[in-house]
Amino acid sequence: MIQRILAILHARNLEFLRDKATLGWNVAMPLLLVAGMAAIFSGGDRAAYKVGLVQAEQEINTAAHPFLETRYFDFIAMDQEQAIEQVANHQLDLALNMDSGTYWINPESPGGYFAERMLEASSRESEWLRQPASGDPITYVDWLVPGILGMNIMFSCLFGVGYVVVRYRKNGFLKRLKATPLRPVEFLSAQIISRLMLAIFVTLLLYGATRLLLDIRMEGSGVALFLVAVLASISLVSIGLAMAARVTSEELAGGLLNMVTWPMMLLSGVWFSLAGAPQWVQQLSNIFPLTHALTAAREIMLYGAGLSDVLPQLLLLAGITAVFLTLGAAMFRWRGA
Amino acid sequence: MTGPPILAVRELVKNYGPVRAVRGISFDVPRNCCFGLLGPNGAGKTTTVEIIEGVTPATSGQVLYEGEKAGAAFRQDSGVQFQTAALQDFITVRETLEMFHRLYRRRADIDQVIADCALEKLEKRDNRKLSGGQRQRLLLAIALVNDPKILFLDEPTTGMDPQARRNFWELVERIRARSKTIVLTTHYMEEAQALCDEIVIMNEGVIITQGAPDTLLKAHYKEIILELPESDLEELPPEFPFHTYRRNGLVEIHTDDANEAITRLSRAGAPLGRLNIRPFRLEDLFLDLTGKELRS
Repeated sequence: MIQRILAILHARNLEFLRDKATLGWNVAMPLLLVAGMAAIFSGGDRAAYKVGLVQAEQEINTAAHPFLETRYFDFIAMDQEQAIEQVANHQLDLALNMDSGTYWINPESPGGYFAERMLEASSRESEWLRQPASGDPITYVDWLVPGILGMNIMFSCLFGVGYVVVRYRKNGFLKRLKATPLRPVEFLSAQIISRLMLAIFVTLLLYGATRLLLDIRMEGSGVALFLVAVLASISLVSIGLAMAARVTSEELAGGLLNMVTWPMMLLSGVWFSLAGAPQWVQQLSNIFPLTHALTAAREIMLYGAGLSDVLPQLLLLAGITAVFLTLGAAMFRWRGA
Repeated sequence: MTGPPILAVRELVKNYGPVRAVRGISFDVPRNCCFGLLGPNGAGKTTTVEIIEGVTPATSGQVLYEGEKAGAAFRQDSGVQFQTAALQDFITVRETLEMFHRLYRRRADIDQVIADCALEKLEKRDNRKLSGGQRQRLLLAIALVNDPKILFLDEPTTGMDPQARRNFWELVERIRARSKTIVLTTHYMEEAQALCDEIVIMNEGVIITQGAPDTLLKAHYKEIILELPESDLEELPPEFPFHTYRRNGLVEIHTDDANEAITRLSRAGAPLGRLNIRPFRLEDLFLDLTGKELRS
């Protein structure tokens, strides 16, 4: 069995590595994207100021204080600990607890300076107790890089496996393999391992390049981050295999894969945080493995989370993998209808 | 060709929706022979052979290999050359063979397979850069990597030029000489006649005849054929007692007395310079039994 898996794995790897155009695209595209995004966003210009309000979201009442009616300010409900941490990291310009009359500000933050001026202008004298919260800023690139890494894994795993299996089925290569002792589970295992190797290699390359070129933040465990990347890759490959289990048309496969990748890219927090999005959008985003992978990756890279902190996300990714792998293996056909 | 059959097909049925492609056929494939499965397009021969190979499920019926239901042992022991089969891009001929080689427990010497199929000069060539004939030789080599006991060849020479086809036949003869069983599906009656020890002719999902080609021809025909171009014999001589047919620009005269037929033609003044005398061939039998041209 191992021998047969290795035979298919070796041939698939050779096929991919010698296809210079595809290989180049898989490696160069995400690097270019990171460079482009860094050039555009690393200046730190933002249209609005963000203020963390220490209270439950549904209770935000803009009439409660004139400051809450200030235009171009986003007020985001969160708990106090999270708000202070985000102020320290420059992710929030200011954190405000109206019950205790306290606000937190990072003295090094330009956005914090203006937010504080606006708060003072709309308040009575000595209304608030000022508390400093210091820390290194988390830049947009710091926040974005895990998203780019995740997005690259998503495209590579979904399209790289789904499309290839459909092409093999359409051109009769799978039919030829069916006439050998190779079993479906062996063929699928080889595809998963091959794509996992590629996805992890490109992710490591990308991670190394961004660390080197953009000096991105990495507070947590590299092992934990590696594990997140592996589980994210396998879960996305398993979704790709399930979607390609019976399809014989590359056009249909493309449509199905786009149907999954686009919502995932928009709603999993690749580009922008969903912290200020409506509750239902945030809940919807939880159905995507990428959401959990990015949450875990950002917790590790930006806030120094360890393996135990991201265990819920890892378990979710493992669960998604188990469900879709079982589904894919059960539905798999060597030939179309 | 002694002992129990290597392969037995029993009451095989295949339905595609309302279409009944194979209608309960049964036959045995004797050991160590070249067995031909012939039939016009749509006869059900490819469906039949694909069911035997295990790549298409049967609606009902059984395929027995060495007396047992064809399964894992059959896959280890069989080699299959499909008429067309895509291979992986960017992989060389040798790498392709090595990949398939590693899928089997039973393995041939890969260098010998390469030599047998005349692929020595092509072993480092990318699969995409092979000509039609070279590709067919590679597909045959893939079918041989496990030193199969039974080899399936599906239209193996389609698209080859006459010389390449002759070379391929020689190769198949050499394989058969190593006590292999070959199941050959072909459109070319000349190929079947040259290679097959036994044939089955199928039409519309059923077997219409089965046996050794020579035996079948002797059983069906006691006559020989005189052929003349139609332009040389626009009208038959009066009271001409032989069966005549007009096909493909030729007049065919079926007779058991060639001397009498030629004398009558000569007396009637027919030019005989282009007269051809030949025995009945498998192609004639096929046409008579199915009423269909071979490559319609």
